Amino acid sequence: MCTTCGCSDDAAAKITNMQSEKHDHSHEHDHHHEHPHSHEHEHIHDHDHHDHSHSHAAKSSTITLEEKILAKNDRLAERNRGWFEGSDILALNLVSSPGAGKTALLERTILDLKEQIDIVVMEGDQATTNDAERIKKAGCPVLQINTGAGCHLDAEMIASALKELKPAQGSLLFIENVGNLVCPALFDLGEKHKVVILSVTEGEDKPVKYPHMFRAAELMILNKTDLLPYLNFDLEACKKYALSVNPHLKIIEVSVTKGTGLDTWYSWLKEQSQERI
Amino acid sequence: MHELGITQNIVAIVSDKAGPKKVKRIKLEIGKLSAIMPDAIRFCFDICAQGTQLEGATLEIDEIAGLGQCQSCGEKLSLSLLAGCCQCGSRDITCVAGQELNIKEMEVFD
Repeated sequence: MCTTCGCSDDAAAKITNMQSEKHDHSHEHDHHHEHPHSHEHEHIHDHDHHDHSHSHAAKSSTITLEEKILAKNDRLAERNRGWFEGSDILALNLVSSPGAGKTALLERTILDLKEQIDIVVMEGDQATTNDAERIKKAGCPVLQINTGAGCHLDAEMIASALKELKPAQGSLLFIENVGNLVCPALFDLGEKHKVVILSVTEGEDKPVKYPHMFRAAELMILNKTDLLPYLNFDLEACKKYALSVNPHLKIIEVSVTKGTGLDTWYSWLKEQSQERI
Repeated sequence: MHELGITQNIVAIVSDKAGPKKVKRIKLEIGKLSAIMPDAIRFCFDICAQGTQLEGATLEIDEIAGLGQCQSCGEKLSLSLLAGCCQCGSRDITCVAGQELNIKEMEVFD
């Protein structure tokens, strides 16, 4: 069983390269656990002095570990980050609850920017290649990661996907995480920034209900603003909530379907990609 | 329910460290702002430990209280949530403790 996300082996993440339609690159969950620093930190405390009164009890020793539970993921994420930096790739991790509009935002962004910069996409979902099909239609290389029972992408899946997708030097990589406002906040993928998408149909207090995600993000995109006249969504309260958990959060209001606010999103992308767009 | 995956991670790391030795006790350090619920870890632990060197081991969890530092005035303040407000009025608080997710130590039978 996978020790990171709890999924069973037969439900291991599967990577589908939409360019070659290859389905044979299953993400194999590595069950080797390397802990290269262990020996430097082990301090064996001998408890033998209790033996005179407990000679019948089994002897035991306490060993200090000081091991981070997510150390393996963090190490792999740093490797991915180095790879992105070395290849001059801007990698963004898009997170939201299901249905907030991550894929729609990507489709529109690809249509508007694909002539200006190479864009590649990794799509994360528990099942189906539906989103990857949509991105492929929009016109950019895409790879689908199906996590099976897993509720988030991890750094190892991204490392495997990178070998398969081989994004070009200087490209813009969007990683669309599994729709979930909890678990993806804990797993660094090596991205430069997390971008959280919140749609106005979800309720303005999401940022304080799921503070980890909004705190981990650099940018919040408030989507579906064209629906505001039909909803009891308090836009100002939402922004206030978001800034209360993350005072540095940048906020962009957009309606992907109507095309409003997208210029501000593209300006932010341009700034992040050091004017490559 | 990412605590199941996290607990499996804990069992895998400790099993690896313990080698062939049977584990008597492990001690974790879980920050109160880490998005991990200690009770859920305890719930999962016995199930995850079954059939490993950790079967029957005692699970100790030290919960670490949230501590923030104001980025405006430098004052330290306790945090019960990831967000907080300093006496000086600033909300720009860096979390300095409370997000730990560590395996502190294990006790193995010799």
